[in-house]
Amino acid sequence: MSIEISNLNAVYNAGLPYEVHALTDIDLTIHDGEFVGLAGHTGSGKSTLIQHINGLLKPTSGTIKVNGEDIHAEGYNLRLLRTRVGLVFQYPEHQLFEADVLSDVAFGPKNQGLTKEEAAEKAKEALALVGMDESFYGLSPFELSGGQKRRVAIAGMLAMDPEVLILDEPTAGLDPMGRDEILGELKKLHEEKHLTVILVSHSMEDLGQYAERIVVMSGGKVVMDGTPKEVFSHSEELTAIGLAVPQVTSVCRMLADAGWPVENNVTTVEEAKRQILAALGKALPEEEGAHVS
Amino acid sequence: MFREITLGQYYPADSPIHRLDPRVKLAGTLIYIIALFVAKGLVCYLFAFLFLVAVVRLSTVPASFLLRGLKGVLILLLFSVSFNLFLTKGTVLVALGPLKITLEGVKMAFYMALRLVLLITGSTIMTLTTTPNDLTNGMEKGLGFLKVIKVPVHEIAMMMSIALRFIPILVEETDKIMKAQMARGADFENGKLLQRVKSLVPILVPLFISAFRRASDLALAMEARCYHGGEGRTRMKPLRYHSADGYAYLTLFAFLGLMIVLRKLAPVWV
Amino acid sequence: MGIIRTAKLIYDYIRMDDEGQPSEKNRAVDNVDVDIEKGSFVAILGHNGSGKSTLAKHFNALLAPTSGTVWVGEKDTSLDENILPVRMTAGMVFQNPDNQIIANVVEEDVGFGPENMGVPTDDIWKRVDESLEAVGMTAYRKASPNRLSGGQKQRVAIAGVMAMKPACIVMDEPTAMLDPSGRKEVIRTVHELNKKEGITVILITHYMNEVTDADRVIVMDKGSIVMDGTPREIFSRVEELHACRLDVPQATELAYELRKEGVDLPADILTPEELAGALCQLR
Repeated sequence: MSIEISNLNAVYNAGLPYEVHALTDIDLTIHDGEFVGLAGHTGSGKSTLIQHINGLLKPTSGTIKVNGEDIHAEGYNLRLLRTRVGLVFQYPEHQLFEADVLSDVAFGPKNQGLTKEEAAEKAKEALALVGMDESFYGLSPFELSGGQKRRVAIAGMLAMDPEVLILDEPTAGLDPMGRDEILGELKKLHEEKHLTVILVSHSMEDLGQYAERIVVMSGGKVVMDGTPKEVFSHSEELTAIGLAVPQVTSVCRMLADAGWPVENNVTTVEEAKRQILAALGKALPEEEGAHVS
Repeated sequence: MFREITLGQYYPADSPIHRLDPRVKLAGTLIYIIALFVAKGLVCYLFAFLFLVAVVRLSTVPASFLLRGLKGVLILLLFSVSFNLFLTKGTVLVALGPLKITLEGVKMAFYMALRLVLLITGSTIMTLTTTPNDLTNGMEKGLGFLKVIKVPVHEIAMMMSIALRFIPILVEETDKIMKAQMARGADFENGKLLQRVKSLVPILVPLFISAFRRASDLALAMEARCYHGGEGRTRMKPLRYHSADGYAYLTLFAFLGLMIVLRKLAPVWV
Repeated sequence: MGIIRTAKLIYDYIRMDDEGQPSEKNRAVDNVDVDIEKGSFVAILGHNGSGKSTLAKHFNALLAPTSGTVWVGEKDTSLDENILPVRMTAGMVFQNPDNQIIANVVEEDVGFGPENMGVPTDDIWKRVDESLEAVGMTAYRKASPNRLSGGQKQRVAIAGVMAMKPACIVMDEPTAMLDPSGRKEVIRTVHELNKKEGITVILITHYMNEVTDADRVIVMDKGSIVMDGTPREIFSRVEELHACRLDVPQATELAYELRKEGVDLPADILTPEELAGALCQLR
């Protein structure tokens, strides 16, 4: 499912002294099957942008086309769109409301018009996808840990069979393991179900590790768009807009500046390790040593 | 969609009215309302109107702001006007089937509308020129005498001030919850009444849970900062009367006196 | 004896069933002995559910021990008459910035603690001025808290605690809900308070990058203290940290991985600069 945003503007309180340009002239295309990271500090417009993508907000000007169709054209079914472009908000507490996990996850499919039984079936499948087994079905969503609540929230969206999954800071407030578990599951879904994923995050470490493409926003505009490597090679610009490159990128950059044969846009610990070992003339670990220079 | 609602609207400015002690403004509003109910006849209302205009001018609040406040109660206004217009017995002027408009009805409706407009505008001036904080402070101090009869004045004022702080937060949160449920295909706009009521459950449950959570967090935070009720508490901004407040009281009572005198003197229908 | 001390501290969360009978016991803090030195900056690390927040709530007498004792400024927190003195000694900042600001104006919120303590009006103003200055929020004193960013709100909350002139400030995951710049802002502020005002800081967190400058790091797991030492000592034990569901800063992780491959690096690397420097020595 492709999403084509052209010339999108969002202006609040137009004409008033406190007029806000939340988004300015956004042109962005998300291709089918991509894992896109959307980065930017608070107030950069990333949350506003994702709410436009699934039609929760209406643009002041510009168009959003999903599979070539303008979503604000006359007669376009926005409710149907929202089930195909699933948006999971930052705090699962904002959506959990049923007495037990299974019914909560089944809420979406029921809204799609499925019967109770069909919806429960969908819910079970979705819970399995996020690694939650039968033992969770009857629990109250409010008794779960932060990480589990998030998984239930994600399952609630997956149960509607979306083609695109947008997640707003799904790891905020989670401890390191909880974060790795959620992101690992997303990667698996992306690979196995060919789900298009848009991950909103301000952790460049996470995006460097999981995203195939990073879109950086600042002041309501898209300021960078490229592979993690392309984006991380602009560390000064990133720092200037309040984002930091991952620590490993800084290490390799410093080494490169000191004349080491390493790249200045390394994205993961693995990659940095390989390059530094190579530079030191050490043997590479077997499983990684595909392209020994 | 909820952002447009503004509660406890305050018009920031530094006018003589803004600077008045909140107790004066609270008591003043009360006196003004009493005066309006005392008023009878055109002369009385004319003076009340002039008094209001003077206060509005002093407060530097633009008239457009006040008119906006009236827009919200337009329905109430129309309702009470037509109620008086059609249901007052007396000399029939026009008859539309079973509906009769009488001379007395026209008079009643006219005065009712006038009184309501003066009343609403007058109390709006109070909220526009007093910060919610000052208002609760004023109530706490001004109603302090009720403590004698075991009314928990401090606690009520504290509750009001906390409510004022959290209303915008909860309004924003409601917006987020609605969006989160809409993203799951929830429909709040279509369907029969029963369905619509049922569709509120996915909003209300998360909202209540969040509100309770915030309340318990806040209680903990207040305890951690040594809050233990009103006893032994000092104030950062204690209310103290200034000379201007005295003059304001004098003016208010003079206005009330004038109203009473005019009511006696002036002919009822001028 | 330090400013805060615990002896054999145990805390059980008791769950009641429908009849109000205890049905489930959950040991959140298990036999903790800790002694916090006055003026130090101590970080308590642990994954969610490790018992670190429960421990912190004891330092402010918000929870009373199931068994064992907590002394704050030599006062036993379990005695009713000590509750207010304890809370004046150890102030607390919580996770959610919105749920701890009480007043509708920044300066009034900062004055809330002193008001409760019965401080005279003139003195409250002095304290409010000083506290807002100390956290760099003087420019926002008349603002509504709703208009501030997360980091700014937390600084207001810190000022609110500072105005009570505590000897110690306990921060329970103050950055968990903030973005990276807000996090930096808050951590920088508490470090300044620790250095300039000599205030004891206990920072509870699971962000590794925030604890590298602490004097001492305590790691908790399953309600007990499992590691206790300087950041360098703690971060050199990468595997043990992983076992506690924690990670280390990326630079430390990379150094650890390189050492596993036989690169001769010191075990206590904390920052990218240190790693790059150490590597340059080798080549």
